[in-house]
Amino acid sequence: MDLFSNAIVAGILLGAFYAAVAVGLAITFGQLDIVNIAHPAFVIAGSYCTWIINTRLGLDPVLIGVLLTPIFFVVGAGIYRIYYAAFERTGQESLSGLAFFFGMMFIIEVVLILVYGVDYRLVSAGYIGGTIEFGYVGIPFRMLVPCVVAAAVTVGVWLYLSRTFTGRAILAVAQDRLALQLMGADPVRIKQFAFGLAIATTAIAGSLLIIIGPVEPSVGRVYIGRAFAIVVLGGMGSIPGMIVAALILGVVETLVGTFMGPSWAPAVAFGVLLLTLAIRPTGLFGRQ
Amino acid sequence: MVDRRLFTRALVAVGALSMAAAGSLASFAAHAQAKQPIKIGFSMALTGGLAGAGKAALIAMEIWRDDINKKGGLLGRQVEFVYYDDATAPAKVPPIYTKLLEVDKVDLVVSSYGTNEIAPAMPIVMRKKLVFPSLFGLAVNDEFKYDRYFQIMPAGPEPKTDWSRGFFDLALQQNPKPTTVAIVAADAEFALNAAAGARANAQKLGLKIVYDKTYPPATTDFTPIVRAIQATNPDIVYVGSYPPDSTGMVKAANEVGLKAKLFGGGMVGLQFAAIQKNLGPLLNGIVNYDFWVPEPTLDFPGVKEFLAKYQAQAKDKGVDPLGHYLPPYAYAYLQVLEQSVQATKSLDQAKLAAHMHKTTFKTVVGDVKFGKNGEWAKSRVLMVQFRNVQPDNLEQFAGPGKRVVLYPKEWKSGDIVYPYKQ
Amino acid sequence: MKRADIVFSAILAAVFLSGLGLTEVMKNEYYFNAMYVVLQATIMAVAWNILGGFTGYVNFGSAGFFAIGAYTSIVLDKAFGLPLPFLILGGATVCGALGLGVGYLTLRLKGVYFAIATLAMAIVFETFINNWSYVGGARGVYLLTPEKHLWFDSYIQMLFVLMLALALACIAVSRFLNSSRLGRGLAAIRDDEVAAECAGVPTLRLKLISATVMGAMMGIAGAPYPFFVTFVDPLSAFSLFVAVNSIAMPMIGGTAHWLGPVIGALLVGTAQEIITVNVSSELNVLLVGIMLVVFITLAPQGIVGLAQ
Repeated sequence: MDLFSNAIVAGILLGAFYAAVAVGLAITFGQLDIVNIAHPAFVIAGSYCTWIINTRLGLDPVLIGVLLTPIFFVVGAGIYRIYYAAFERTGQESLSGLAFFFGMMFIIEVVLILVYGVDYRLVSAGYIGGTIEFGYVGIPFRMLVPCVVAAAVTVGVWLYLSRTFTGRAILAVAQDRLALQLMGADPVRIKQFAFGLAIATTAIAGSLLIIIGPVEPSVGRVYIGRAFAIVVLGGMGSIPGMIVAALILGVVETLVGTFMGPSWAPAVAFGVLLLTLAIRPTGLFGRQ
Repeated sequence: MVDRRLFTRALVAVGALSMAAAGSLASFAAHAQAKQPIKIGFSMALTGGLAGAGKAALIAMEIWRDDINKKGGLLGRQVEFVYYDDATAPAKVPPIYTKLLEVDKVDLVVSSYGTNEIAPAMPIVMRKKLVFPSLFGLAVNDEFKYDRYFQIMPAGPEPKTDWSRGFFDLALQQNPKPTTVAIVAADAEFALNAAAGARANAQKLGLKIVYDKTYPPATTDFTPIVRAIQATNPDIVYVGSYPPDSTGMVKAANEVGLKAKLFGGGMVGLQFAAIQKNLGPLLNGIVNYDFWVPEPTLDFPGVKEFLAKYQAQAKDKGVDPLGHYLPPYAYAYLQVLEQSVQATKSLDQAKLAAHMHKTTFKTVVGDVKFGKNGEWAKSRVLMVQFRNVQPDNLEQFAGPGKRVVLYPKEWKSGDIVYPYKQ
Repeated sequence: MKRADIVFSAILAAVFLSGLGLTEVMKNEYYFNAMYVVLQATIMAVAWNILGGFTGYVNFGSAGFFAIGAYTSIVLDKAFGLPLPFLILGGATVCGALGLGVGYLTLRLKGVYFAIATLAMAIVFETFINNWSYVGGARGVYLLTPEKHLWFDSYIQMLFVLMLALALACIAVSRFLNSSRLGRGLAAIRDDEVAAECAGVPTLRLKLISATVMGAMMGIAGAPYPFFVTFVDPLSAFSLFVAVNSIAMPMIGGTAHWLGPVIGALLVGTAQEIITVNVSSELNVLLVGIMLVVFITLAPQGIVGLAQ
């Protein structure tokens, strides 16, 4: 019972973090239909940037993540520009775009390996290593802090998308480009903004990732399955759905890892993804 | 029309082929080297999980090479190394040894560091019938039964069980006797071998195994694993792991508050200076294997001088500054090779192997004698307990007192503190 | 037979004979290693292109097929000790069946979803193999090089000739699929599946054929791999590098034509071998990533497209 409740709690903490990782993909893939398979690679890049600054300047990792968001935003906007010019304008998106991001993913990963090697990197912060106990459930700070920050980020993005004009324009641009244009917003600029926002979230997600545990360049690969599983399971276009899906995935993964053995955990995300695609491709809360 | 298109395409294909062929021939010509120096080839874990010791081993090996070249070389020829980084990735090893043998045309090969990196080279060296001095691989030869394999790690004639015998013997000397044991290992060659030995020892001694699982090698979050272990309430916990996981395990054990009485066993990495400094007091009480520590009982002739040389070299290279774990043995396995070459006055693989089987070598790690399977004829796996480790202090490990030898009796330098958690 | 077919067969025969000739002339075994790798990449690229380039269904799980081919070979060798040709047949059969399954998957999923599903499949297979101790699980499995190598000087020479023959056969099949009536049906599916269905093209049957052939070929590429490399573990067999190569090479060479993947594989594969020997193998992954991105962005029709 002790083990079970610990696993559930750990799963929820983990799920909240997964939501922060997936929220950017929920925007690019869920709203804009851009298959950014390199999304987890950007998260890893965020982790490495956090590590570098944390080691050099000793700043708190969460703070670093926040400070990195404008840089990542600009990078994201720039990448969208290339993507748009090469693919969207000519109408070739899906598969060429997918291959484009596939190539980007490799480039990011290999550059990190070439420059920093395959050794695990960690950050140091005062709270890492400590645990807070509630009866027989222990919550490590290195999970709690990312959970809280992730929740803030995810909810923040959701509120932004549903309450502000630009946010609603992002939601609209996928559904009805023409209507959006008629309302005076430039679809291309809106998409560029959205993509930049998505990549900006990876900066924070990356800083949280390296708080939770050590990171090396190929760690991002497992997150491909997780991120896509969460977005697809949650339903394309639904942020609340994505949050629920993230929590479900976190809990299921932790339960499987604890009771069936950790070697089955990687299959959980991809298995969930396959099942969802096979049975209910629109996901839990998706639009049609 | 059809002919022309087909012809153009064929031309493009042939063009591509010949460009490629020309390019590779050109690069091969650049590679052709003079045959004069003796070339020793190997792969080494210079990046990845084992790099902490791999890089240190390379420095030790280079010290050997420089020492030997200063004395005139081997058989009157200078010694050169040809090596590549295998990044602690087993799959990289076979191509590297293929390249060493076919492209670089090395005269002698030695192994990389670590079970996971030695075993993949075995099929290739066996095919070429090469003598293979090896650096710290656990029970690699149990499967291959190769008669030209020589292991400098003093695991002993039955490596899998000799490896953890001390851990279990120590446990059963305690009062009250522990009754339950948890065995956890990474799903990789070394750790599985260590766990197999632990399992055999536990069963022979009548201990009840309450947890016996593996984890994927890329695991980074050990808290759920330690929780699962804690849930079975073991008296002893035996871990087989490589450096990243060893670190993760120790941290998780601390985070969860593991209540076992004896913890450790086969954790690689707790012997590296950088990890010792990083983990600091979290190590206190852990009983783990080691092969050389600066305790007064292990002062072999030559080892202090060698370490001084090593420490001078390692200082600015961002490598293990103390070099207690692997470097003395990396130096020693090349001493074995050197003494064999000089005794047989040849590079003939069969003669070298025969000599290595029947000789007792004098090295910086004491006397080395190999048994029939290439392992040490007598085990010298030390069980060491960390004591009074202060946080963030590297120099404390330079001298005796922080890593007390508990087993075997002839090298013992102190008594165990049990249960392990103060 | 048409004139073009005769010329083609003659070229194939010439290439095969010169390959045989090389085994007499070339003494440095490393070249055979390098050429084996390029030939393996060629088979993978040609295979991928059948479902990807001809039919328009992008498969991201190529590494899965390749690895299952390799592991089928390992299982059959461990359990029955069968000789190599049977192992290749076994690999082709199992992966062909897998391909058939993937073909049925195309009924439910299109485009991007199909691609992601294939990636998911590969990872799920990898996890199963990781947990299957008979084939070594995560620690991997060792194969000692067999003693027998027919009349060749060494085992690697035999593997090279075998791979050469298999590659040429796969290229011939690919060319047949491309230029036949079947190929036109596949192209119709690629361009607009709904319209093709309406026009009476038996889309399901063609997709199944396409996917099965792709699977079988990838199994053929994977089956001799354990004997080539002597150590197989899931990490290297299911490597994403295999997947990216099998996509990048056809895209660089040109996906619409059967010669595209061949050119792509020869060029990129040889460049990779040269870089591995002279620099490092990490750089290879960077190279193929950059080439993929550059070609996709600037020359989506590949080299063959540029030539036309």
